[in-house]
Amino acid sequence: MFVQFTTWDIVRNLLEGGKWTLLLSLIAFVLGGAVGLAILFARIAKNRLLQAFAKGYIEVFQGTPLLMQLFIVFFGLSLLGVDVSPWVAAAFGLTLFTSAYLAEIWRGCVESVPKGQWEASSSLALSYMQQMRHVILPQALRIAIAPTVGFSVQVVKGTAVTSIIGFAELTKTGSMLANATFAPFLVFGLVAAGYFALCYPLSLYAKSLERKFHVAR
Amino acid sequence: MSLVKIAGLHKHFGTNHVLKGIDLDVAQGDVVALIGRSGSGKSTLLRAINGLETIDKGELVVDGTALHDGKGDMRALRQKVGMVFQQFNLFPLLTAGQNVMLAPTVVKGTPKKEAEDIAKEMLFKVGLADKFDSFPDQLSGGQQQRVAIARALAMQPKVMLCDEITSALDPELVSEVLAVVRQLATEGMTLIMVTHEMRFARDVGNKLIFMHHGRIHESGDPKTVFADPQTPELANFVGAVQAA
Repeated sequence: MFVQFTTWDIVRNLLEGGKWTLLLSLIAFVLGGAVGLAILFARIAKNRLLQAFAKGYIEVFQGTPLLMQLFIVFFGLSLLGVDVSPWVAAAFGLTLFTSAYLAEIWRGCVESVPKGQWEASSSLALSYMQQMRHVILPQALRIAIAPTVGFSVQVVKGTAVTSIIGFAELTKTGSMLANATFAPFLVFGLVAAGYFALCYPLSLYAKSLERKFHVAR
Repeated sequence: MSLVKIAGLHKHFGTNHVLKGIDLDVAQGDVVALIGRSGSGKSTLLRAINGLETIDKGELVVDGTALHDGKGDMRALRQKVGMVFQQFNLFPLLTAGQNVMLAPTVVKGTPKKEAEDIAKEMLFKVGLADKFDSFPDQLSGGQQQRVAIARALAMQPKVMLCDEITSALDPELVSEVLAVVRQLATEGMTLIMVTHEMRFARDVGNKLIFMHHGRIHESGDPKTVFADPQTPELANFVGAVQAA
């Protein structure tokens, strides 16, 4: 028995999938940001052990494909007897991936604060934490805004990979629809348009932020 | 009783032995000018006095707070030593007033209202009472440097270190900064400065130290030392500076 799909049916289903893509992106970005902040502090800490841990963490996630990371989370956890849904595995995997990249982006921002700022605040007897809180991080934050928003585009596109472990986001919904409708060109064209609709405003926003903070002090 | 006492201070950068046993006594109210060619160790010595450069060996005492071989209470030391930098290094996101208030509130726990009064007083002292709410990028180089001096003064240091503080300034802005330093000297502030302003060193300083190859090569009263150098290296240096 065949079901006839109208274009509206396709779009409606894709919008449903797109909702999950958006939600997954948000979760990965927010949780990844929180974990990334912790990794950042470890990475720039004076403690060598913490530094080495953070460096290793970042290298591992930057040096392996996101797909492998998802496989390892999804299948690895079930090997350990933890039964995870594709949804949890996708959110968990993307969070780890995002945290590693954000930590590395933010490290670059902290390091781009001129050395003179460290020296001036040291000479005023501020402690390391006081320097960070009152002098270094506020400046790093301004530098970080544009590349961070820019990276959010990578996170949105990264969610597509979770379709492979069976999470029904935009890409997965598209694959199923393509199989059912025998109209892959139309369906995937719409899928691509969906990603573009999510990513393009972010890119524009990142660009405008970059301009804004370049002019300001 | 000396305010700053340095004995047998050594410092290496890798295999490069930059300070080869420095002994120096600075009394309360002294104005010390450190001169020498680049690479002679004068900036490194200055920066060692508030721990911006670590000390490999030797003793440093500032008003009773001591570092032995570079170990000791660094933050206690830094509260007694103010520093002004060549590149000003003001905090760009804070106004002039906030720059001056930051360390008193954060480090000493001074209440905000009181810190604000201190900041106003210090900015007035350097002639910038009307710039409390200006951001650093709205100020000229000379004004920024004077805010930096006010910022250091707000911690009520026992001694002020000045690291080539007029070298990054346009020529017409040099005198306004030197006037502030001169004022501090007259008020009895102890100053140690690395400088290329030889006339200023001679007029305001009461002690001149010529550094050469990581050692104090010659020292004494600036007027006599400049007029009658005892070593060929200093004669050479003074000649080169005056020719320039």
